Amino acid sequence: MRERVLIGLGLALLLLAASGPLLIAHGRRQLSAAPVLQKPSNAARCILPAETMRRSHMRLLVQWREDVVRRNQRTFVAPDGHSYPKSLTGACLGCHDKQQFCDRCHSYAGVATPYCWNCHNQPAIASTQTGLQPWRSGQ
Amino acid sequence: MKITRKDFLRLSGLSLLAAGAVQAVRRELRAAPAQAPQAGVRWGMVIDLAKCRRDSGCDRCIRACHEAHNVPRIANPRHEIKWIWKQPLASIFPFVKSTYAASSSVEQQAPLLCNHCAQSPCTRVCPTQATWKREDGIVMMDWHRCIGCRYCMAACPYGSRSFNWEEPRPALASIDASFPTRSKGVVEKCNFCAERIARNQLPACVLACPEKAMVFGNLDDPQSAPRALLRERFAVQRQPELGTNPSVFYLV
Amino acid sequence: MFLMEKALTGSRRYWMWLAFLLGAIAVAGVVYLRQLDEGLGITGLSRDVSWGLYIGQFTFFVGVAASAVVVVLPFYLHRARQFARITLLGEFLAMAAVVMCVLFIFVDLGQPARVLNILLYPTPSSLMFWDMLSLSGYLIINASLTWAALRHERDELPHPAWMRTVALISIPWAVSIHTVTAFLYCGLPGRSHWMTAILAPRFLASAFAAGPALLILLCLFLRRAADYDPGEGAVKTLSTIMTYAAVINVFFMLVEIFTVGYARIPEHTQPLTYLYFGLDGAYRMAPFMCLSGVLLLVAVALLLTPRALGFRWTLPVACVLIFASLWMEKGLGLIVGGFVPSPLGNLTEYVPTLPEWTIVAGIWAVGALLVTVFVRIAIVVRGAERHACMEHAQGD
Repeated sequence: MRERVLIGLGLALLLLAASGPLLIAHGRRQLSAAPVLQKPSNAARCILPAETMRRSHMRLLVQWREDVVRRNQRTFVAPDGHSYPKSLTGACLGCHDKQQFCDRCHSYAGVATPYCWNCHNQPAIASTQTGLQPWRSGQ
Repeated sequence: MKITRKDFLRLSGLSLLAAGAVQAVRRELRAAPAQAPQAGVRWGMVIDLAKCRRDSGCDRCIRACHEAHNVPRIANPRHEIKWIWKQPLASIFPFVKSTYAASSSVEQQAPLLCNHCAQSPCTRVCPTQATWKREDGIVMMDWHRCIGCRYCMAACPYGSRSFNWEEPRPALASIDASFPTRSKGVVEKCNFCAERIARNQLPACVLACPEKAMVFGNLDDPQSAPRALLRERFAVQRQPELGTNPSVFYLV
Repeated sequence: MFLMEKALTGSRRYWMWLAFLLGAIAVAGVVYLRQLDEGLGITGLSRDVSWGLYIGQFTFFVGVAASAVVVVLPFYLHRARQFARITLLGEFLAMAAVVMCVLFIFVDLGQPARVLNILLYPTPSSLMFWDMLSLSGYLIINASLTWAALRHERDELPHPAWMRTVALISIPWAVSIHTVTAFLYCGLPGRSHWMTAILAPRFLASAFAAGPALLILLCLFLRRAADYDPGEGAVKTLSTIMTYAAVINVFFMLVEIFTVGYARIPEHTQPLTYLYFGLDGAYRMAPFMCLSGVLLLVAVALLLTPRALGFRWTLPVACVLIFASLWMEKGLGLIVGGFVPSPLGNLTEYVPTLPEWTIVAGIWAVGALLVTVFVRIAIVVRGAERHACMEHAQGD
């Protein structure tokens, strides 16, 4: 009898844990419309077709990472013949805005992982909030 | 066929392991081939101690490097990160330490940086090849692969490497967007401005020196500027008896 | 029936002990989450002393793991039957120690999520790669030996032939895991305290003293608290081995002191001077290391005095002294000595912080938990077998 109670409790806990994300998202009203991406204004086309990018931009970035850091191959030649630097900051973010474009899909899909942003910068990032003094002579 | 629960679990576990192994092997076989090595280049630097300013106040090379590479200024000296810095000659070259030398000469400061050794102990010990020796002589770091074990820091006999003991961004007053910052938990050091060399530019420290005391070039080319200097003047390396064959020379 | 189920039976004391250990592990887990969040800066490590308590504990417990060979060798190679029970305990200790070692390395990593890079990008020139392989192999060997021994004892079957083969392999393998660990240190130029050929023999000698010390303490404890007697003969032989190893330790230390002290090369004398006497105002390690030396000498004196051995408490006290002394020397002193003074002459001292100690204590608790569970299984299996024997005898 005691076992049945414990089993019942365990099952209830499991159901709660499994449906937790759904309930939380529902509570925050995030099950709403699909993300709206703001396309860049300074380029008509991406370096590769949109469908390819949608599917494989992560693999492309990892490939670029290995090429630049480990093989010193820093130039990407697009199918249309144009050359771009293999750089998230230098190429992708030159056109795309992180908040208006990248983050939209990432937060919708719950992709918390691109920890690329821990290190890689958006172009012309403003000074950080700490108000620290920059490097000075004699220190 | 009768199968016990235990055997079923064992079989599933082994199958999962096998599937994982297959994936790992596939990934290895798919890895792209390495680039053809750039023959006949060994990047090196010659620092002229006679030209390096005697007063300890000049730190243009340090500022240029640290600003260009977003090296944080950590308040806690135990956690400091430095790619290039200055120390008195007496501590850089222990053989200079003599009670008979004029104090001004042994206290003169000189810049220290990674020596990009030809026989570097740090690349020998890195378990993931997150630091490795390029064909052109630069000891590179891959901050994506580094697991932060700090074995390279133990191996380096020159104290050239720093570890990110904390998140570096709060300690950065400004960020140069063209170079990434690092995250906590990885080791970093001077990279001979590999990203600038790729654009045929000189390293930041070399350009910043007001006395042109630092000369950078191809040590394998007998006609290069550093080679010419090494022919004219007597030069020392740091602790050459360790067999590391550094690429940084100091003109005495 | 699963062997693991045997560990789920026990007295109130047993469950309270498990609860205490799990509590310690939970607290350490929370502190480790803080380390993951804030970085390794919450430890006492620094740019100059980049390895400390975590790696020191790893080094020490690799020795404890390797010391199982001291009981495996007489039992499997020389067929000393009286070592049967103690060999099982030694293997339990070895497995727990290897797990602790892996955990110590893991908590020391700055980017632990990437730890599999060691296997994905194998680097034969790196000793850390070989260390990972040899430790994993050793764990598998010991796990298979103990699992087979327990299962066959439970089912009252004779041991299979492959066990002897695997055990014989484990003998050089045990020596190799600690040699590889020594090679991590003694191949680095610029770290004069570590660059000595005698480092690997010193490691083995201290392992064969500290490991048996712990094993003897475990045996004595089980004899009193759990009615599980590994055998008087086995314990006596083990204490003899421990005594020899302790004496060799003292000899190796004297050899080091002579080599460094007679040649008087500053690079070599400075680390030892710093550790035992302090250097230029930096003296934090001196009392610690001197105490370690004194404890070892007292222990050796006790073990070599026949009159002292007549007292019941001499052996456990000597074991505690040896374990403590070598824990201090290898678990912390060795590491710090390699980093102070730094290659540029800096004297940056190292004091582990409270978060560091908490995480270390949590890992010790993991080891204790494993040993407790393994021993419990062995006791229950032994008890069941004895019960079945008695029933069998009564039934005749």
